[in-house]
Amino acid sequence: MVRLPYSTALTTLFSYGLLFAFGQLRDLFRKIIDWFKSSSEDLKGYAPICLGLEDFYTRRLYLRIQDCFCRPIASAPDAWFDVVERYSEDSNKTLHRTSKTSKCLNLGSYNYLGFAAADEYCTPRVIESLKKYSPSTCSIRVDGGTTDLHTELEELVARFVGKPAAVTFGMGYATNSSIIPALIGKGGLIISDSLNHNSIVNGARGSGAAIRVFQHNNVAHLEKVLREQIAEGQPRTHRPWKKIIIIVEGIYSMEGELCPLAEVIAVCKKYKAYIYLDEAHSIGAVGKSGKGVCELLGVDPADVDIMMGTFTKSFGSCGGYIAASKEVVQYLKDTCPAHVYATSMSPPAVQQVISSLKVILGEDGSSRGSQKLAQIRENSNFFRCELKKMGFEVLGDNDSPIMPIMLYNPAKIPAFSRECLKQNVAVVMVAFPASPLLLARTRICISAAHSREDLLKGLEVISKVGDLVGIKYFPTEPPKHETKVYKVE
Amino acid sequence: MLSAAQDLVYGLLPTEEAEDLGLGSLRRHHHLGFLISDDEKSSYNYLKPGIGDLSSDVDLSAFGLGLEHRRYLLAFFSVFGVSIYFGFFCNTLPSFNFKAEVMATAVMNMTTAALDWVSIAFDAPLARAVVFGVHIDGHLVVEVLLIAVILFQLTRKSYKPPKKPLTEKEIDDLCEEWIPEPLHPPITEEMKLEPPTLESAAGPHTVIDGKEVVNFASANYLGLIGDDKIIDSCVASLEKYGVGSCGPRGFYGTIDVHLDCETRIAKFMGTPDSILYSYGISTIFSVIPAFCKKGDIIVADEGVHWGVQNGLYLSRSTVVYFKHNDMTSLESTLEKLTRGNKQAEKIRRYIVVEALYQNSGQITPLNEIVRLKEKYRFRVILEESHSFGVLGNTGRGLAEHYGVPIEKIDIITASMGNALATDGGFCTGTARVVDHQRLSSSGYVFSASLPPYLASAAIAAVDHLEDDPSLLTTLRSNISLLREGLSDLPGLTIASHPLSPIVFLKLKNPTGSFKNDLELLNKITERALKEDSVFIVSTKRSVLDKCRLPVGIRVFVSAGHTASDIKKVSDSLQRVAALVLAEHI
Repeated sequence: MVRLPYSTALTTLFSYGLLFAFGQLRDLFRKIIDWFKSSSEDLKGYAPICLGLEDFYTRRLYLRIQDCFCRPIASAPDAWFDVVERYSEDSNKTLHRTSKTSKCLNLGSYNYLGFAAADEYCTPRVIESLKKYSPSTCSIRVDGGTTDLHTELEELVARFVGKPAAVTFGMGYATNSSIIPALIGKGGLIISDSLNHNSIVNGARGSGAAIRVFQHNNVAHLEKVLREQIAEGQPRTHRPWKKIIIIVEGIYSMEGELCPLAEVIAVCKKYKAYIYLDEAHSIGAVGKSGKGVCELLGVDPADVDIMMGTFTKSFGSCGGYIAASKEVVQYLKDTCPAHVYATSMSPPAVQQVISSLKVILGEDGSSRGSQKLAQIRENSNFFRCELKKMGFEVLGDNDSPIMPIMLYNPAKIPAFSRECLKQNVAVVMVAFPASPLLLARTRICISAAHSREDLLKGLEVISKVGDLVGIKYFPTEPPKHETKVYKVE
Repeated sequence: MLSAAQDLVYGLLPTEEAEDLGLGSLRRHHHLGFLISDDEKSSYNYLKPGIGDLSSDVDLSAFGLGLEHRRYLLAFFSVFGVSIYFGFFCNTLPSFNFKAEVMATAVMNMTTAALDWVSIAFDAPLARAVVFGVHIDGHLVVEVLLIAVILFQLTRKSYKPPKKPLTEKEIDDLCEEWIPEPLHPPITEEMKLEPPTLESAAGPHTVIDGKEVVNFASANYLGLIGDDKIIDSCVASLEKYGVGSCGPRGFYGTIDVHLDCETRIAKFMGTPDSILYSYGISTIFSVIPAFCKKGDIIVADEGVHWGVQNGLYLSRSTVVYFKHNDMTSLESTLEKLTRGNKQAEKIRRYIVVEALYQNSGQITPLNEIVRLKEKYRFRVILEESHSFGVLGNTGRGLAEHYGVPIEKIDIITASMGNALATDGGFCTGTARVVDHQRLSSSGYVFSASLPPYLASAAIAAVDHLEDDPSLLTTLRSNISLLREGLSDLPGLTIASHPLSPIVFLKLKNPTGSFKNDLELLNKITERALKEDSVFIVSTKRSVLDKCRLPVGIRVFVSAGHTASDIKKVSDSLQRVAALVLAEHI
């Protein structure tokens, strides 16, 4: 839950208003100039690629601060990485790479367990399987795209998350967006958390099922929506819903908040709805042995019907998986388009997941896995605690390695990002479209690869820049009178 | 006003009539059967003294109408009034209007007949009544009465059945009673089938179940699987960057090799810019919704694969399909959509086609498409997954094959999981087209970026193709060799284009059902693998796939196959097809 102070809301709105007004003014002049030149960029007889205000945000707001996003790097996304310096000759409209790089502390990548960089156990095995299997199978899973690595990974994943069977895909986004249409269709209902990831939203839209949204992490509201929907049935015909799937995420990537899984499951069981849990950010990152939110919150994985996760984050690879009962997996392997039509996951990437899973499970013959897990937990809690002490408005729950710091005002986005980069700390700015327009934030992702010195350096820089930019919204000595706040869902 | 008028009709008509009038939804909305409240009934009685007073010797029963009929009559009059009402004010309800008009003519006829009859009955006693110069006859009386009734009904409060929300107890019961369908349909035997598992790289020869087989199931068209240069570049990349990129492109997931790869592909294709996606299939289904929105028009081939279908669905545009690879059908579709439609100029229009259809092995006649696109001013989205690196003298795809300047194709997408033997996909076009996707394409913005070693592999593969275009001549001679070998198969016929590296074999005499066809084809592929160590595959279809083209066997030819490999697959198919299709020739 974000608590947006009244004055900040006003200044933020004012800033966006100003940007909008200037943007409109510039658009007006552009139109006049185009009219005189009479040769617009779009051909006659064709409607323009973007109509009206569709790309207004990109042209007039995003381009001004483009340099804060998509910064290229020239090394592995480890605890420290090389950020490529860029310059622009047309006031940020186009950016050009230089050959210069600067070594920065990486507080942006989803490298939770530090498997992004070369690893003594994983890398040699990955290279070995690259030589044996080549980078690609050039085929789909149901034809010639299943190697014994794929089978091994599916068994291992099922064992790791505690479900009878699993199926893997080459991309996390495609996992969500093609599994959901296979599970539910017309006459079904999807009840989705309001902050679910875009891949879930796209999958739900593609399924043809009806979609209802419940307030983020609000179980009471979920129950209310469920009761209403079961009582009313399908719109117009009032037939009962064929089935209801509730979709939640383990850790919300832009909030760092955990899902109240036990409560959600209780509601699902009460109303016979199925539950689909997306563990993209939580698998491998939280829980004593890295088994995700189920382990952290003490939920039996058998109570979750469909467990989805990605290999992009904690395992430092690519792709996604679905773990469920044997029958569901058999059905998905026959039906899911990402299984039947998409090139299978690249074998070296499969090997990376297998090796990193073995390290986490301690099957590599060392205790590195459990050390990494302890490290990330300690690092995250230390960093979060320190940030809060400094007076930043930090979102998210304890143990979550994602910690967003609220910025609100649009001008603070580039200011914070550029100042941090100047002092060799790379942070991620989350602005529209990844977050609501008013709730711009910076997001810190902590890794097990960070040492205590790294974290202290990061904290020092963030504190300094935070003072400079003015984002310490909760000073350590809170003023006596209560500031008026209103809630934003 | 509208609801008052609706309630007027609704309150008066028996259920069936209300249904006929298209007011069914109105009825259900009230959750009640046909009940007339006391309040409503009194409005019928209103007429009784009114009409009775007019002429004492004319009893209502003299109309020859019982109470029920009177109600009908009243209803018809009211509907007549209402239909005029609707005709004037409510052009927004075309379907209702239409029905009301049909109804109105019928009512009109009846009214005229009734009026004639009433006039005769009334005219006798009132023949000489003239008030303020107006001759009063039955006609006028009835009409005034009608207007009065209508006005009366309109001034009344709209009829709302008392709302009784469900009690908590009732909702509990409903929730208790509700039985959901299982998460998946019953598992059939076919679903339990596992595909063969490869124990080595999917090159021209591979190992299945410990046995070396000839692989005609991988779209490794240029034979780049196992290429040393590509593997070396991957190893270097893995050592430098690790495996995954651990972030989306916007958040430090952009690695310099991604940018190099984008430039390399754009340079190879001769386009201004290109953009990388992390998965082949997600490329097209992110690109289409990035450009086509609600209200836009897309004309697409009916044979497109699932990725395209999904993109079309997600775009929420108006999608019109034309007959598979039929240019006259395309032209008439375009003509129909644009002729006399001035509005069409203001909305975005796209033609979506696959260069080489993976569902049929056909090649799109791009020269025709370009002619039509320019004539009707549509933009073209061309899916080149199976033609990039295959068609054209230097492998630059369909545009090169037809000698069409690349600028004429607005958007080109392709998967790199085929000819380039890596993974991921790209989209290429003008800088405007590419830049637009960097913030609007969901598969690009919201997904982790392509693992850097796969981008390195793509660069190495493009370099290799440019350095050694002889791969393409080998591929082409392999294709024609295979087509020759398969030219007179028993029961099967080649349906693909002569240049297609997917040699598509379909049944000469299909059984009439997809399932049975597929069973037969699967028998062939299974026996070929088991008995002759030849790995070929049938077309698999997901139930979510809307494509209705016939199923078949796909033989993927590679430049890496030798003449003896090709002889092996042709011989095996000759033998097995003759055995399996003995009764189907």
